[in-house]
Amino acid sequence: MTATDKTAEIREGVDRETVETVKSVGERYKYGFETEIETEYAPKGLNEDIVRLISEKNGEPEWLTEWRLRAYRRWVQMKEPRWAMVDYPPIDYQDQYYYAKPKSMAQKPKSLDEVDPKLLETYEKLGIPLREQMILAGVEGAEAAPSDGRRVAVDAVFDSVSVGTTFKEELAKAGVIFCSISEAVREHPELVRKYLGSVVPYSDNFFATLNSAVFSDGSFVYVPPGVRCPMELSTYFRINAEKTGQFERTLIIADKGSYVSYLEGCTAPQRDTNQLHAAVVEIVVLEDAEVKYSTVQNWFPGDEEGKGGIYNFVTKRADCREARAKVMWTQVETGSAVTWKYPSCILRGEESQGEFYSIAITNNYQQADTGTKMIHLGRNTRSRIVSKGISAGHAQNTYRGLVSVHPKARGSRNYTQCDSLLIGDKCGAHTVPYIEIKNNSSRVEHEATTSKVDDDQLFYCRQRGMDEEEAVALVVNGFCREVLQALPMEFAMEAQQLVAISLEGSVG
Amino acid sequence: MAMPETATDALEARLQAAPSGGGAWIRAARAAAEGRLRAMGLPGRRDEYWKYTDPTSLISPEVAPAEALTADEAPVFDGIERLRVVFVDGRLDAAASDPLALEYLEIEPLSQVAEVDIHWAAEVFGQLEARGQDPVARPLAALNTALATEGLVIRAKGVVPRPVSLVYVHERPSSDAMIHHVVRVEPGAELTLLENGPAAARFNKVLEVDVADGGRFHHVRAQGRDHDRQAVTHLFARLGAEALFKSFTLTVNGALTRNEAVVELLGDDAVAHVAGAAAGDGAEHPFHQDDTVFVTHAAERCESRQVFKKVLRNGAVGVFQGKILVRPGAQKTDGYQISQALLLDGDAEFYAKPELEIYADDVKCSHGSTSGGLDPDALFYLRSRGVPEAEAQNMLVLSFLAEALAEIEDPRLREDLEARLEAWLRRRTR
Repeated sequence: MTATDKTAEIREGVDRETVETVKSVGERYKYGFETEIETEYAPKGLNEDIVRLISEKNGEPEWLTEWRLRAYRRWVQMKEPRWAMVDYPPIDYQDQYYYAKPKSMAQKPKSLDEVDPKLLETYEKLGIPLREQMILAGVEGAEAAPSDGRRVAVDAVFDSVSVGTTFKEELAKAGVIFCSISEAVREHPELVRKYLGSVVPYSDNFFATLNSAVFSDGSFVYVPPGVRCPMELSTYFRINAEKTGQFERTLIIADKGSYVSYLEGCTAPQRDTNQLHAAVVEIVVLEDAEVKYSTVQNWFPGDEEGKGGIYNFVTKRADCREARAKVMWTQVETGSAVTWKYPSCILRGEESQGEFYSIAITNNYQQADTGTKMIHLGRNTRSRIVSKGISAGHAQNTYRGLVSVHPKARGSRNYTQCDSLLIGDKCGAHTVPYIEIKNNSSRVEHEATTSKVDDDQLFYCRQRGMDEEEAVALVVNGFCREVLQALPMEFAMEAQQLVAISLEGSVG
Repeated sequence: MAMPETATDALEARLQAAPSGGGAWIRAARAAAEGRLRAMGLPGRRDEYWKYTDPTSLISPEVAPAEALTADEAPVFDGIERLRVVFVDGRLDAAASDPLALEYLEIEPLSQVAEVDIHWAAEVFGQLEARGQDPVARPLAALNTALATEGLVIRAKGVVPRPVSLVYVHERPSSDAMIHHVVRVEPGAELTLLENGPAAARFNKVLEVDVADGGRFHHVRAQGRDHDRQAVTHLFARLGAEALFKSFTLTVNGALTRNEAVVELLGDDAVAHVAGAAAGDGAEHPFHQDDTVFVTHAAERCESRQVFKKVLRNGAVGVFQGKILVRPGAQKTDGYQISQALLLDGDAEFYAKPELEIYADDVKCSHGSTSGGLDPDALFYLRSRGVPEAEAQNMLVLSFLAEALAEIEDPRLREDLEARLEAWLRRRTR
């Protein structure tokens, strides 16, 4: 089950400039456990009935069911994209469960004792504190229990359903709505109807269309005008059940002059079959509002032979709809067997701003094709892209990005920097930027470099008594510094450790 | 690959014109090219590799007419001592050319070489083109190998004392030229190849260059100033150990120009530089210029450089698709790529796709791409020193292009092309 106790095999120490293989992250994947919880499944496969069933289970109104069905009908006609520099065997979409729900959620337990102990165990392993565990497990009255001082509101999504949201009342005082999207459909249908699919339409791309048809849950955030969200919001995603795809949908709306910082984390059990994760995140940013969206993606990456792992095919897009709106994507991608992900910014409002900071680490047989799109439509819009790709083992790591400046986006500015680092001679690092400029008053700069861990820097660290592994971790953390600094505190620490863990055993 | 019927018909119609007869070696090469072409089909607007340039007019059965420009300045490379070979609307004009003889040089028309059964050119003709089809298909180059009957087969056996200069003349308004040259530079030999002129209303050219160990090859071309001409050119080069390859292209005017360069560094310590400067003004005639470069490092300690600069105004469109591919084991690679566009007004467009694909860890590869207008501070500085605005602009444009022109080693050639650019700018300055 778990592989954390395996001791690292230490290679006989030969001092070499760079070492070929990196010890697997898989071996150290501490979230690789699986919880045996009774789960309620919808039948395997995908057809209109399944789509209807999911909709019915969530108690959705007619318009949403119709919307899902339109997406499904569209999806049937679409072809899976194959342009990314990733290689994986064909996915059998009929051999998946599209709906799985822990059974214990059917009735609300009165206290923690009544909660399925396996579920609690999972939360504990994930490092979620007791009080939050109570809330997430749906214990009645848990909101009133004393807080232990950590101030992050959490929404946990277990397989397909949101199992609970913390700090809801406190957030409600500020007017912030933070709940699962299925709840939002029931409680705030006008908001959902207005904004759902307005950034990523149901016909957007193969995986987003699939998600539109079958998404079962996800998080919903609405920050009213002028409100600075009093705490960080966080969603925790976990795929537990086998042969289950996870299709969550997140919708964030930052009304005029508001601010919210949103964190997203994900893990999955260790299995030798691949699992599909096709999420959609939509962010609407109105006048003067700002959204900060940070992800630490640590889905199971597969073992050191490349067996198993998550296929992470995600569509994330932010629409800076009005003037001076600002969005900032920060991602640390260390997990997943295959990643296909391009968090994008549509800079529609004048002087709106988009930023993208990314660290993508691939090891063993992981493949990542990730980057961003900055679409400049409004005047004086600004964007900044900083991407750091680190490739080790037999992994392939690609940055793919688009910077598009439309004729009307006069006075716009973009700066792109993508750096790749290679550790070992069996891996690959690639850069595929698209730059499309249609006016002369905008300035666009793109820079990319590829190199290996600098020998002089390593030598310097070793001279000061560090062993090679520490030295590499330090140099790599330095290489990623600009991105790590962009993360909120809670995540920065985790991310820094992740970087070090991912590279453990890369030398020696 | 299955093609829609109309596309297949268009391809078959083009292949109707395939030459029959000829010696055994060329028949084999042409048949192989036909096979390749059938397998990949003609390019279409939806092909990723043609995302920014529409190939329709390059493959259509009809050629859009283009008027030849009446010369208002001395031909390019006029003062340079060279061996001139003239092609008129794609046909070798022996009478207008110098005798095909020079020390350390073998030079023969393709039409002659095609008649013999065995020839060394078989090792190069269509071979480098075939290698260049992977990983990206270049159907128009295969089409050229299958159909071209004109061109030169050149072999440098030592340091060739004078440049070989190919002069292309465009006369008929709807000429459709297809030329295929083969060059082999033997170990330690050196050759400079010059090309200038518009060739035809529509021009499809393949130039295959095989540079053996320690060979040196210089290539400088100016593509002619005809406005409505269309051209797709392919340069395939293969480099041995310690070989040197330098190519520079100047493009001013032209409704559609696509210059593909595919360079493979197969021997250790080889050096390849590919550079280009383009200037386009879409005010009276459309201008669309595309540089598509693919450099493959397959040996150790090689150096490659791609330097492309474009100056665009009035709806002119510039495209750069460049790639550095470093194969596993190509350690100590030094790869550099820069693509920059200077947009002189609000209408011009620039599209760039500068790619890196790297499978070796001990390498130094970088690329940069920028786009923007003239720097107002620099303009102000020059004006405050008494330089009139128009002249100040031209100075800044020329200095912007200088990095690309600096890739031409021979100062006489460089100065000649600099003067052309300056004249071009001055004609557009009011």
